Amino acid sequence: MSKVRVLVGTRKGAFILSSDGKRQSWEVSGPHFTGWEIYHMKGSPADPNRIYASQTSGWFGQIIQRSSDGGKTWETPGGGMSMAAGRMPAGESNRFVYDTSSGTGNPLTTHQWYDGTQHPWEFKRVWHLEPSLTDPDTVYAGVEDAALFRSTDGAHSWHELSGLRGHGTGPKWQPGAGGMGLHTIILDPSNPQRIFIAISAAGAFRTDDGGETWKPINRGLKSPYLPDQTAEVGHCVHHVAMHPKRPGVLFMQKHWDVMRSDDAGDQWREVSGNLPTDFGFVIDVHAHEPETIYVVPIKSDSEHFPLEGKLRVYRSRSGGNEWEALTKGLPQSNCYVNVLRDAMAVDSLDSCGIYFGTTGGQVYVSPDGGDNWAPIVHDLPGVLSVEVQTLA
Amino acid sequence: MIRVELPQHLRTLARVNGDVQIEVEGRATIRSVLDALEAAYPALRGTIRDHDTLQRRAFLRFFVCAEDWSHESPDTPLPEEVCSGREPFMVIGAIAGG
Repeated sequence: MSKVRVLVGTRKGAFILSSDGKRQSWEVSGPHFTGWEIYHMKGSPADPNRIYASQTSGWFGQIIQRSSDGGKTWETPGGGMSMAAGRMPAGESNRFVYDTSSGTGNPLTTHQWYDGTQHPWEFKRVWHLEPSLTDPDTVYAGVEDAALFRSTDGAHSWHELSGLRGHGTGPKWQPGAGGMGLHTIILDPSNPQRIFIAISAAGAFRTDDGGETWKPINRGLKSPYLPDQTAEVGHCVHHVAMHPKRPGVLFMQKHWDVMRSDDAGDQWREVSGNLPTDFGFVIDVHAHEPETIYVVPIKSDSEHFPLEGKLRVYRSRSGGNEWEALTKGLPQSNCYVNVLRDAMAVDSLDSCGIYFGTTGGQVYVSPDGGDNWAPIVHDLPGVLSVEVQTLA
Repeated sequence: MIRVELPQHLRTLARVNGDVQIEVEGRATIRSVLDALEAAYPALRGTIRDHDTLQRRAFLRFFVCAEDWSHESPDTPLPEEVCSGREPFMVIGAIAGG
């Protein structure tokens, strides 16, 4: 019988929630990495037992953890005591160095700071880890300050795909309230050379040559908080989602506005429709219905909680514009949590499960595509990220 | 033999209990102690000082014989009490937050 494994990153550790295909009773494992912020965990599609985790701390910086047994045990790649004779282990799994070589063109060294001045790029943390679709040892990392790194040796070492930061618009990128993070990485299953990424606050970008060169894909976005509302870059994109069987169609939750592109990001149009507010962070697509999408509307950029204290997921079965509120099993009074950008995921069981985590420490599941919801856990530390593995 | 006292989170990361004991060739300094520590426990690289600049991370402090050595030159020789193992070289997480 199929199983699901939910990987939950929180402000004070990681948790792994496991269930069978019914998704009614759950086993909770954790906290792992107690006391550390776990920005993101994700399993390899090529080997579900391989999981990568981004572990960070204001005191001790960045750590990358890796599991090869589905999260039972963990290691810092290259950080162990066993070493080949005469060779010092690299211990570089947490070393993220921006490329400054002349061979990459003119690597940019500054971006726009909050006061409009230019500021040097400084590594802060890994926001998102995206394992390759085909190779368990290849994984991408989206980091703050925004850049994309890749490891091809199981996270022992990392190298920047500097064509993104060297694209030429870097001086116009700027940090959002949460920092200047590269938070979304989408690998196109139909085209290994194509990757989509998104940055707050720069926008979305696409490569069609495996990461060598990039172009901004923000046409159609309109951001009233920018001097040029339709600028090429500078938009605060919160998250982007894609159905793997329809990789040309993208859905975006922007700071304000829910957007859709039918041509791999070349042009976007707004599909906020009848949402009660089009501010929010998460967006995701049903595993079997590419036109069914989910968002969690949040009141505003200064009031990061649901409207009227009612936690409502909104579902559109028409790829946007027409939305319905999903409330059954979710708190409908006095609820003032937030749902952060990487904290929603879907499984691929026959009846698609939808999951999301809140800053209040709840992780909710709907085993029936959003019709009915129940908390799996409700007292974790604030949830930063949720990913789901569907296991045979 | 030099004893290094680590914050709990770094002990967990290095998978050690209690003080770490390391050997340093020649007269020990902050730099040589950290070099030896990181060589023995590679998982600690980047957590106490930056991989490349070797600058101490902002929220960590170094204490030696009840004194704050955080701003001493990394090449200042450590006192005999530390070199002999009578006193630990302490890496302390700053009290920060609220």
